[in-house]
Amino acid sequence: MAFEALSDRLGRLFKKIRGQATLTERNMDDMFQEVRKALLEADVNYEVVSQFIAEVKEEAIGEKVLDKVSPGDMVVKIVHDKMEDLLGSGDNDICFRMDGKPTVIMMVGLQGTGKTTSAAKLAQLFEKKNHKKVLLGALDVYRPAAIEQLKNLGLKCEPQVETFISDNKDVPSIASSAYLKACEEKYDILILDTAGRLEIDERLMDELKAIQEVVSVDETLLTVDAMVGQNATNVALSFASQIKVTGLVMTKLDGDSRGGAALSIKRLTGLPIKYAGVGEKMNDLENFHPDRMADRILGMGDIVSLVEEMQEKIDEKQAEKTSRRMMNGQFDLTDMLSIMKQMNKLGPLGKIMKMVPGAPNLNDEQVEQASYALKRTEVIINSMTRDERRKPEMIKSSRKIRIANGSGTTPKEVTKVIESYLTMSKQLKQMRSNPMMLRRMIRK
Amino acid sequence: MGLLKFLKEKFTKKKENTSEVTEEVIEEEKVEERYQAGLDKSRNGFTERLKKLAIRTKKIDTSYFDELERILIEADVGVDLSLELVKETYDESKERGLDNPEEINDLLVDKMFIGYANEGGSFQTELKRAQEGPTIIFICGVNGSGKTTTVAKLAKKYKDRGDKVLLVAADTFRAGAIEQLEFWANKVGVDIISKANSDPSSLCYDAIKKAQNENYDIVFIDTAGRLQNKVSLMDELRKIVRVIQKLLPSAPQESLLVLDANTGQNGIDQAKIFKEAVNLSGIIITKMDGTSKGGIILAIRKELNLPVRYIGLGEKMEDLEEFDLEKYLYALLVDSKEE
Repeated sequence: MAFEALSDRLGRLFKKIRGQATLTERNMDDMFQEVRKALLEADVNYEVVSQFIAEVKEEAIGEKVLDKVSPGDMVVKIVHDKMEDLLGSGDNDICFRMDGKPTVIMMVGLQGTGKTTSAAKLAQLFEKKNHKKVLLGALDVYRPAAIEQLKNLGLKCEPQVETFISDNKDVPSIASSAYLKACEEKYDILILDTAGRLEIDERLMDELKAIQEVVSVDETLLTVDAMVGQNATNVALSFASQIKVTGLVMTKLDGDSRGGAALSIKRLTGLPIKYAGVGEKMNDLENFHPDRMADRILGMGDIVSLVEEMQEKIDEKQAEKTSRRMMNGQFDLTDMLSIMKQMNKLGPLGKIMKMVPGAPNLNDEQVEQASYALKRTEVIINSMTRDERRKPEMIKSSRKIRIANGSGTTPKEVTKVIESYLTMSKQLKQMRSNPMMLRRMIRK
Repeated sequence: MGLLKFLKEKFTKKKENTSEVTEEVIEEEKVEERYQAGLDKSRNGFTERLKKLAIRTKKIDTSYFDELERILIEADVGVDLSLELVKETYDESKERGLDNPEEINDLLVDKMFIGYANEGGSFQTELKRAQEGPTIIFICGVNGSGKTTTVAKLAKKYKDRGDKVLLVAADTFRAGAIEQLEFWANKVGVDIISKANSDPSSLCYDAIKKAQNENYDIVFIDTAGRLQNKVSLMDELRKIVRVIQKLLPSAPQESLLVLDANTGQNGIDQAKIFKEAVNLSGIIITKMDGTSKGGIILAIRKELNLPVRYIGLGEKMEDLEEFDLEKYLYALLVDSKEE
């Protein structure tokens, strides 16, 4: 990796500070140099970085008088809180209209940022989570096959989402026909997918204004590629100055860019980040949670997001049971297997590992290996008796051999599974006693 | 002699010397105009800022160099390289006793691009061709960087030069990707091979068989966008290349990474990991007209020694130009309307 991820770097820095008895002017300066560099390498806007550092520094120095708390923890907390502040606060769900008319959402953004994909993923999200009837409106009449792309993505949604297509080339009038259809056929939501454009393209900007004039657009969402560099804030500011933008969708957050743009755009435009694209599947769009994102950037994991996602995709009763048992420290091999099975439903393991506290340091190759190991583990647990799963302690050598034979593995691998179970249950206990984690769990 | 002076002399002299107006001269001027237009934002964002800084500076002190550092970082040059360039500029200007801000700016620009030029490697802009049989050009990149459009533009360029061109729609994953490339193939008037929901490797195998049997000169493979941290998708790319090499051991002649000029520091990771996977031979930087940044190409050149081969200067078909460092710099640094 050319650059360490922000979380890794800050994680290491804080470790350095944690070992020190007092917070001196000098070691703080060192740290803030590093934080500054890390933030810049994460593509946070230059101006925002300067402000951020100045503010955090001021607060840190002010709190130096406290001597009951370890200085490292204090700085972690200050940086974290500041980051949270910068990212905004609270959930940013879209408000649906209550007057019986369809809620209209318009997607705008530069070429290649993911408007079309996000439009379809939003449709899926609203259908599944909010039980709304969604119509997609294909307004990108310029890019070849953009309309087919939207239509096909709509068909990939579960349940399938219809796309309004018109032979007309006049974009505002397609928008109003789509709106008419949405009203007549009692759709709850209309999502308009517009053409990608440069913010300096006047003709296309006028087109967006015209759409907003003919249809009462409730939400205009700007898609922002998480990999974008220092240009991010210019683009957002420029769009927002020309048309009414109500929020942002951060896309490609499943990449390894740390998405510094999220930090800067929120700070400089005040626009809330509402959704986050986190993968290639239709389900891979989530509500953007600024507070949780701060945790993720700082490498503190995102257990709440994980739990929420699990609940949505898996047997809720089973999940509830498992997570309650997890939190109570009663955790056996059956639970471990059930979590693993649920994880498989959630999609790529890498995404999940990023959300689990205490496990942010896996590289992608390790994640792939873990994915394979997961399958082996499953066969091994399946070859155990019910009692063995409940009390793995009882598995001694003869049982190990039997299980290995039954699952086509080796006794060594069986031992490994049991060991990893023991580690996991130990970690869960630690997690419960981590005050930072508890604070978060209670607050939710 | 400073780079800027050299360029100014070169470009103005050339105009003076060419009294007869041949087609070549006209075409050359058109290319220069496209560079000028495409780098409009960059010129404003970078060169104009340097100029303004020089004008409002009365005395050179360390804060001047802090400002230079800021301008570089804000152009996505990256922290380490920015610090390094500014430090070199600082040291040299101290040594030579420079106190004129404009001279210091020129020095900085020299450092930036002489470094780029001196990094070695060939300066050829034309794509490398196979000695016999079809030339295979492999196009890859992250999602939304502009691969399909770039392939279309390249196809047009090579078709206009008289090559028999085959496009391979190896993005069998993204909805609408095949239709998009088919549209362009029709428009440009070149052949295309595609198969929905197929394995891209087997499609490429078929494509190369076809290219060999039907005597195509050049084959452009448009792969699906993928984020470089997805191991299995990067393996898929490796596999495509392996399959191609079974039929043509020296192919692909070029593997090019399509990079959005808006990309921040993640661009280095992209270049690095794609290079590891498919041995990139260069970069195609797209959407340059939409941003004042693009500084990432300097960092990529320095860290990975990957040159820019093509530059996307606008949305029109002819707006993809072979990357010519001198033209690029002249357009970046000099406003031809003012000269």
